[in-house]
Amino acid sequence: MGQLAVAFLTMTLGVLTCAGYFYGSNALLDVIFPSKNRPPEVVARNLRIVNQVRPWLFLGPALLLLFFYLFYPVVQSVILSFYGRTGEEFVGLDNYLWLFQSGEFLESFRNNMLWLIVVPTLSTFFGLIIATMTDRIWWGNIAKTLIFMPMAISFIGASIIWKFIYEYRSGGDEQIGLLNALVVFFGGEPQTWIQIPFWNNFFLMVILVWIQTGFAMVILSAALRGIPDETVEAAVLDGASGLQIFFRIMVPQIWGTIAVVWTTITILVLKVFDIVLAMTNGQWGTQVLANQMFSWLFQGGGDYGRSAVIALVIMILVLPIMVWNIKNANAEMEGR
Amino acid sequence: MVTSKKGSALTMVVHATVLFLVIMWTIPTAGLFISSIRDKDQLSVSGWWTALSSSEQKIVYRTPDADSEIQENGLYVLRGNLLEGGSGKVVKFGISSLKPEAFEPGTETQDRRDVTFKIMANGDYEVTSEKSFRRGVRIFYTAEVPPRFTLDNYRTVLNSEGLGQSFINSLTVTIPATVIPILIAAFAAYALAWMKFPGRALLIAGVVGLLVVPLQMSLIPLLTAYSKIGAIFGIEAKGYVGIWLAHTGFGLPLAIYLLRNYISGLPGEIIESARVDGASDFVIFRKIILPLSFPALASFAIFQFLWVWNDLLIATVFLGNTEESLVLTGRLRELLGSRGGNWEILTASAFITIIIPLMVFFGLQRYLVRGLLAGSVK
Repeated sequence: MGQLAVAFLTMTLGVLTCAGYFYGSNALLDVIFPSKNRPPEVVARNLRIVNQVRPWLFLGPALLLLFFYLFYPVVQSVILSFYGRTGEEFVGLDNYLWLFQSGEFLESFRNNMLWLIVVPTLSTFFGLIIATMTDRIWWGNIAKTLIFMPMAISFIGASIIWKFIYEYRSGGDEQIGLLNALVVFFGGEPQTWIQIPFWNNFFLMVILVWIQTGFAMVILSAALRGIPDETVEAAVLDGASGLQIFFRIMVPQIWGTIAVVWTTITILVLKVFDIVLAMTNGQWGTQVLANQMFSWLFQGGGDYGRSAVIALVIMILVLPIMVWNIKNANAEMEGR
Repeated sequence: MVTSKKGSALTMVVHATVLFLVIMWTIPTAGLFISSIRDKDQLSVSGWWTALSSSEQKIVYRTPDADSEIQENGLYVLRGNLLEGGSGKVVKFGISSLKPEAFEPGTETQDRRDVTFKIMANGDYEVTSEKSFRRGVRIFYTAEVPPRFTLDNYRTVLNSEGLGQSFINSLTVTIPATVIPILIAAFAAYALAWMKFPGRALLIAGVVGLLVVPLQMSLIPLLTAYSKIGAIFGIEAKGYVGIWLAHTGFGLPLAIYLLRNYISGLPGEIIESARVDGASDFVIFRKIILPLSFPALASFAIFQFLWVWNDLLIATVFLGNTEESLVLTGRLRELLGSRGGNWEILTASAFITIIIPLMVFFGLQRYLVRGLLAGSVK
């Protein structure tokens, strides 16, 4: 109970401090530059000042946090990538040279590319299929909820769920992992799935596809509903088959949304490390960049320079998406 | 006629396919839940899909020693029940480890030292010897145990595996790390949507750009900065304030982006007329914007809650791995290392960590979907 009380107190204090800033700073502004009971020219001047200052009071905390937690670290990481393991001595391009000669990096880079191809493709594919089908049946919403559910589960929790499915029992023991039990039931040999080189990558990807399909489904389903009925009806009248309607009429109209889903999952894939950490910790040829970066951060006291270089690679991989996003946002602002 | 027949066949295919996919997507979680409430001895020898049928267990039993023997007709006797009062029945027994299934229950057998074993199907045993027992004797038996469901696994993990403490830690991290970014982002979003100041467009583009910055970029500089700040003020570098602010910082781009999209879509006339009436921006924000943007605030809150609760990376880096500070995800990862084969512990722990997000998910799904759509589809 004591722990709970302390926890509750800390929480309240943290939230109140934050709320207090906004109340306090705005009240202070009104006190310093009053706009009531003063001569008109003073009021006019004060109002102008207040209107100039207030946006920055509103934005202040956000800008500070964004700067300290995202902008400054990006710059600092780039600098660190030229420094040694403690981040103190300058080593030039050593970290970069190490990176491209390291077999582990090449392996994680290859695996990351596999993840980047497989996970967004399969998630979007299943998401689209399920979204299309569930729109036609009366229990579609229940089906959607159930498929959406893994979104709420942590990567580490999901990893345990799937590790249990891939569980292997040696000898003649009864298999308690679902996958091996099925294999044995159909007369096959049980396998230690997550230790089979190369293919084990795909067994890990399944977990992320399982989680992300619901996300793709929800967004694509909304986009499908936005398709004007007339276009589909016209195609039906012209005698188009179901598949033709789907591929020629519906998919082209939601192309923009598919791209958004795809890029969102792509960014996520680059950042995910929990699954690999929990399932194999990069053993048996399953290393990925994010997990490699994490292990260089801590293993053997940590190597900041090498860690920063790997983080930089991840950053470079998301750069095109970042540019594309900003372009879209700007175009949209001008349209308004 | 032909088309309608074809149509109904197609509908059947759709029903079947969706059903198949739904089963594929739910079975993993169902397996976890069923396993977590099974008896741990059954869990480790049979698949969870057999949970409703009885299972066979091979067990070695050691009888109590001479203290509990009784004398009858000049013989020393040990009596008791192999199953120790539990339900089930003995199907085979043996007296040597080489042949643990040598005898049927109800029969009698003797070992080399003329000790007589008699074991009944209900587990009652009687071991007789002419000499006093110095220590207990071993009995090997195979029992058929009916399915047993129990909350013991949950009791174990909550009490002795430290999950209770981690649960509180997770809550302490998650609640402020959900509320603080909403407050800060809502103010910023309003400023970016409705206030006029130089550099606004640039700031919006900046926020959009920061949306995709990988967390990994931030870890090292922040770790260094935290320990420096900690050293200057003479405080612990790893603490709740640090992790709240970290989650706030990382959550802000999405929060500002979502909320700005929503707030800038609110009708401008209301805001203008309030300004004409002399209301300051702070009053407008508090009295008009906040209540009107409730749906957007709620959907971001759910996002942020799920994200913070499920996060492992930030918690590991900024809160540390000590026994008192582990959050649920961190605890789960540690159990995976130390209790890798104890599925009764892993399944129950995993279920405890996912129960809160699942409740939030099923309770507030409507808002979650709305938030997703606001973020991704125009």
